[in-house]
Order: sequence, then C-alpha cells, then structure tokens
Amino acid sequence: MFNQLGTSIKITLVLLVIVSGIYPLAVWGVSQVLLPRQANGSLVKSSSGAIVGSTLIGQGFTKPEYFHPRPSAAGSGYDPTQSSGTNLGPTSDKLINGVHKKLANGKDDPNNFDGVKDLAAAYRTENGLSATARVPVDAVTRSASGLDPDISIENARVQAARVAKARNTDVSAITRLIDKTAHGRDLGFLGEPRVNVLSVNLALDQEYPLNKSLVKPGAK
Amino acid sequence: MTLIGWLQIVVFFGLLLALTKPMGIFMHRVFEGEPTFLTPVMRPIEKLIYRLCGVREDDDMPWTRYTVAMLFFSIVTLLLTYAILRWQAYLPLNPMRLGSDKAPGWGTAMTPDLAFNTAASFTTNTNWQAYSGENTMSYFSQMVALASHNFFSAAAGIAIAIAFVRGLARKSATGVGNFWVDLTRATLYVLLPLCIVIALVYVQQGMPQNFHAYHTAQTVEGSAQIIPGGPVASQEAIKMLGTNGGGIFNANSSHPFENPTPLTNFIQMLTIFLIGGGIVYTFGIAVGNVRQGWAIFAAMSALFLLGVAVCYWQEAKGNPIINAVATGGNMEGKEARFGIASSTLFATITTDASCGAVNSMHDSYTPLGGLVPMANILTGEVIFGGVGAGLYGMLMYAILAVFIAGLMVGRTPEYLGKKVEAFEVKMAMLACLILVADVLGFTALSCVTHVPHPATYWNTVSGTPPSVNALASANTNNSGPHGFSEILYTFDSATGNNGSAFAGISVNTPYWNLTIGIAMLIGRFLMIIPLLAIAGSMAKKKRVPVSSGTFPTDNALFAGLLVGVVIIVGALSYFPAVALGPVVEHFLMLGGKTF
Repeated sequence: MFNQLGTSIKITLVLLVIVSGIYPLAVWGVSQVLLPRQANGSLVKSSSGAIVGSTLIGQGFTKPEYFHPRPSAAGSGYDPTQSSGTNLGPTSDKLINGVHKKLANGKDDPNNFDGVKDLAAAYRTENGLSATARVPVDAVTRSASGLDPDISIENARVQAARVAKARNTDVSAITRLIDKTAHGRDLGFLGEPRVNVLSVNLALDQEYPLNKSLVKPGAK
Repeated sequence: MTLIGWLQIVVFFGLLLALTKPMGIFMHRVFEGEPTFLTPVMRPIEKLIYRLCGVREDDDMPWTRYTVAMLFFSIVTLLLTYAILRWQAYLPLNPMRLGSDKAPGWGTAMTPDLAFNTAASFTTNTNWQAYSGENTMSYFSQMVALASHNFFSAAAGIAIAIAFVRGLARKSATGVGNFWVDLTRATLYVLLPLCIVIALVYVQQGMPQNFHAYHTAQTVEGSAQIIPGGPVASQEAIKMLGTNGGGIFNANSSHPFENPTPLTNFIQMLTIFLIGGGIVYTFGIAVGNVRQGWAIFAAMSALFLLGVAVCYWQEAKGNPIINAVATGGNMEGKEARFGIASSTLFATITTDASCGAVNSMHDSYTPLGGLVPMANILTGEVIFGGVGAGLYGMLMYAILAVFIAGLMVGRTPEYLGKKVEAFEVKMAMLACLILVADVLGFTALSCVTHVPHPATYWNTVSGTPPSVNALASANTNNSGPHGFSEILYTFDSATGNNGSAFAGISVNTPYWNLTIGIAMLIGRFLMIIPLLAIAGSMAKKKRVPVSSGTFPTDNALFAGLLVGVVIIVGALSYFPAVALGPVVEHFLMLGGKTF
C-alpha cells in the first residue's frame, strides 16, 4: 500500500520535469526565436520605441476624433490587471438602467454604473442619431474580458461621421479606411467581421492627422 | 441566427466526426502497448520513467489497488500545489512579486483558503478560478502548480476510463491494468505531442509565451495601461486538450491573449472534444464491437446538438429589454471577434465536456441560453465529457439504461455480454445520487447559511472598502432568480468538475472557497470509487452468449434509450431547482421585469 505512496511522489517529480519544465520552455524557446512579436504580446511601439499598447488588448478612447471601443468592465475600463465582464444577468436592473446615486456631499457615487439605456443615449448623442434609433448592440454592451480590442463593422460605420467631422474630412474617406483595416471572418466562416480599434485609430492619425503641425502620437 | 453561424456548428461537428476514429484507434494502440509512430521517440523516455520510479509494467492491478494508486497520486499533487501557491513569493519566475508584501497595489493575496480551493480545483480537473490569474499567480505557480495538474488530472481521467473499459471488456479477470503505466502513456503519447504542435500554432496566432515583467504602455490618449505576460500558449494547449479550463487570466478564453482569433477559438473547441470523442471509439475497439462505441457517440451527439441549437437560438434572439434599444442579439459578456454563434458553440462544448473554459460570460446569457450550460453540467458531463470522465460517466448511464430496459421486459439485464446485477446497479445509483446530493445540498446550504462569527473572517469580500456579508448568499452579483442561478451554477460546476461559472458571484472568501473545494473533491472522487468498483466486479464476470433475448446495445434504439435515461434522471433530480432559477427568470424577462 505505502509503496504506492513512494511511487506517487517519484512519478510526480519526474513528470513535473517534463510537463512543467521541458515542455513550456521548449515552446518558449522556439516561439521566441521564430515568432518573437506574438510571443511577447503583439506590442505596438511608437517610432521612439515607447510601448503604445498591444493590438490584442483594447484600450480606452473617448475623444471624438477616434473610434470608440466597446464599454468595458475591466477595472475602471480596459485595465488588463482586472480582466472581467459585468456578469450581470438579463433581468438585472443595474445592467439595463444603471446606478446613479449622489453621495451626501452632492458628488457622484464612485460606484455609479451606466446601464445599457444610458450607454445607448450617450452613443446616440455622440453620433447624432435620433433619440429612438436602435444602436449596434456591441456599442452598448460590455465584452466578456473587458479588453475586447474590436468593434463590429456596423458600429464603426455609425461612428464614421463623427470621426470625419472631427478630422475635417469627408465620411467616404473614413469609411474607406474602415474597409481597409477591417478583418473578415477567419478562413471565411469563423467568428465575425470586425474592426480593431487601436489599429484603425493609429491609421487615422497616420492618414488624417488632426493638425499637420501637431506631433503624431509617439513620433519624435 | 445566421446561415454562416450554423455553418460553423456543422463544420465543427463534421471535423469532430472525422477525427474520432483515427484518435480512437491511436489511443487503443497506446494503451495496449502496441507500437505507434511516436514509439521510437517516446518509448525510451517511458522506460526511463518506469526505471526511475520503480514501476513494473506487467503488474496488473485489481480495482482496489488501482484506486489506491490514483488516490495517492491525487493527494501528493494536491499537497504540492498547495505548497507552491502558499510559497510563491519565495519561488522564481515572479517578476511582479505577487503574493509578497512587495506586490503592486492591484495584487491579490494567496490566502490559505484560496490556495486550498485552487489546489482542490486543479487536482479534480475542475479548474474553478476563485483567483484572478493576472493579479494573483506568479508565472512559476501557473506553470508548475497549475499547468502540471492540467496534464496530471487529465491523464488520470483517461487512465480511469481505460481501466473501466478494461473491466467491461475482460472476462474472468482480476486486474484492470496498471495506473502508473496508463498515466505515463496518456501523458507521453496522447497529451504532450499534441500540445507541442497546438501551442506553436497558438503563438503564431498571437498568444504570448514569455516570462517578462508586465509592460506599462502609454496609450494613444495618454493613460497608462499595464500589459501582462506569461507562458500563455503552452498552458492554453493543455487547458483545452485536457478539458481543464483554468486560464492564465481571470477572463479565461475570452481574454484576447488566451484566445486571440476565431481560428484559435475553433481549435480550442475542437481540442476540448478530441479525446472525449476518440475514447468512445477506443471503447468500441476494446469491447470488440465498434458499433457499441458509435451508439454511445450517437447519444452524446444528439444531446450536444440539442444543446447548441437551443443556446444559439436564445442568444441570437436576445433579451427583449435590450432589443428595444439595440440590434444584434445578446452581446453582453461576449467578444466582438467571436459573435454569438462562436460564443454559444463554445459555451455548449465547454460544459458538455468538463472543460469549463469560457469565451463569453455565461452569467450574462439569457435565462434559457444560460440554462443550456447549466443543464449540460447537471447531466454529470457525459456529453463527450471530460477526458475519460465523460466515458465512464456515460457508461454509468448505460448500465442504468439496460437495467431499466431489463425491468420493462422482465429479464436480467446484460451489458456487453456481462450480467448486470444488484451490485452494479447499486454502485451506479450511488455515483448518481452522490452528485445530486452534492449539488443540491451545497446549493441549499449556501442559500440559507448565516456565516458563523466572526463573519469578518469567513465572508469578507475583497475590494475597497472591504465589505462583510453575514449571509453567504449576499455574495451574488444579481438579485432575484438570477442570484439563485448563480449559486446553483456554482455547485453544479464544482460537483461536475467543470469550472465554468456564473462568475458574478464573489467566491474568494473562506466560506465559499471551503464549501466549493469540498464539493469538487466529493464530485470527483466519490463518483470515481463506485465506478471503479463496477469495473472490478464486471471484470471478474464470465461472458454470457448472445441469445434472442439479449437487448442489443449497439443500435439506434439503445442510443435513444440512453438519451432518455440521461434526460429523465437529470430532470427528476433537478427540475425543481432549475424552475426556481432560469425558468422563472425567462418568464419574468419576457414580462420586462428587472431586479
């Protein structure tokens, strides 16, 4: 009976060397040599070498001249140390109507939360839609990770007019840029067509800079 | 619902079907010790392991000794994981100093109850995440304490299934195989080679594989963003293949680093079912009639397709309250790159199998959409199921099915030419009832428990400011029936060793960590022991010749009966609980009621 215990300990140690040592280190070695960009997190660097973000990790954009990502439940928004969805269910009043409280001193409660209806109202105002227009659902729902790097193509199209106005260019130019940066379905049938928000915004700054005299992000 | 959405489901199932036979034949050869294309590479390593560990390959163990070996192995690995997690501050590969007092402000402590919960979770192949990887676990903990279990618990699951099959296939035998040999072969020939290939594909698609400190990026709009790293790809490969499901990050397979593209998503789904499907064919070969295997496969497929159809339909239809302001179905808690079809397919697969990885947040599903993952786990995860665990779970139902068929025609039931007698039926019922008692007992307990004093220790919910809940059920994130669903899903997932969650509930408190940890251990080991007892008892029996009175178990009629038994046992056990959660919520949602 107790020789089984001895075998357990020995075999655990031997297999550990293989599955927790050799295996991950071999994958690490090969991928660092052959695929260093992906293996290190698909980082985007400015021309000065500063890290601007990762193409895979969404980041917050609130200015009108940029495409806006989906709302995020990761920390205070797009915080990769706190990846998470809202985990609010379909009958959650908080999810639908939000929480809007004032503290005793008259300030907004830091735990306030924008519901789907609040987000839809804000999205309509930002993009000049009528007060009853139905909006693309990904624009008013939070993703599972809170770090979703993409938005749907419909969502990007709705935002195109706002971006064009802020950048003093016409909508068709921005729409062309959306089409150019959009990803189709993988292998033609997997997943959904999408626009990577960081990529499209970097392309915007490249092709339609706000003010030519202004320094582009990261450029020296 | 879209045509292209259905196409993803159809292509997935077609590929699974195509891979089942080659995978089944390969595994049969491996566990019979026959040469395969990997033998020249792996056989010397295998022999070296036996020599180092003092294992005799020809030592055929009776079921009791096989069980003892499995239990000792589980205890040793459980203690090892607990120790590593508690001491991670003193161990290498911890660039962010997590778990030490030099950890950054966003770090989370590795408390004793969290370490116990996590060790139990990974030992039982549950991979329930009460922790958030990115702010709690060092790279060393991920790689050595957690990813090792992804191999070990999966290999142990496969070993037990193979032993169970041997019990059914052998006649007048005392042994069911050698646990150490089965464990080693499952690791070296099945899990490891596939993982190496898959991990490299994952890196190519964008999954990180590094050990560097987290980077701080200066975003385009000028705020700071901390970007984590880690040995993600190597862990993701085994996480899915071993139906483990414990991710590097809190958001699991919805995190863009854990699942960067729809293609990686598809590979992840396929690898969840790959071994669980293949082993059914292995079973067919072992019992000398592959149609026996296909009958089981057909029953599993029917339940799988039913589940995914309901889930996809409900999520695409969405929540009428949200549909009033937005178009596009229920995208709350889903990622834009996957959309609804790839999310619901993943949710169905991960809960059919005991994987429990998630690429969308089940908590935010519509009531009936979320009922599908919940019900899948309530079946005991026999729809392909966890690696190995799915097959032995389904064979338990097969024994009940022939018993019920035998009662209907008044004959002694037989399965695979062996008489099914009182002992086997008692053991199968015992396994079944243990699961029911575990799920419903802990759910009921947690709905009413007032946490003992001092509540400040037992149920302190972390966060600022720290709050203390005197009532365990106050930790739910939702009110109304959805809050009850969160508790039910928690113990459903723990008992079924699934690991997915209605994740809003705050479970990182001593009360929840301990109850869930115990529920996981009961769900794994108290189910396995009666099943190995059946295997031992069946192995000893003689084969009775097939006669005109034998109920055939290799045709559509039996597959249908099996589906019926799974549904009836599940519905009889759980309908009242499910009615209080998702069912009542569905009608309230249609009425526009919110809580």
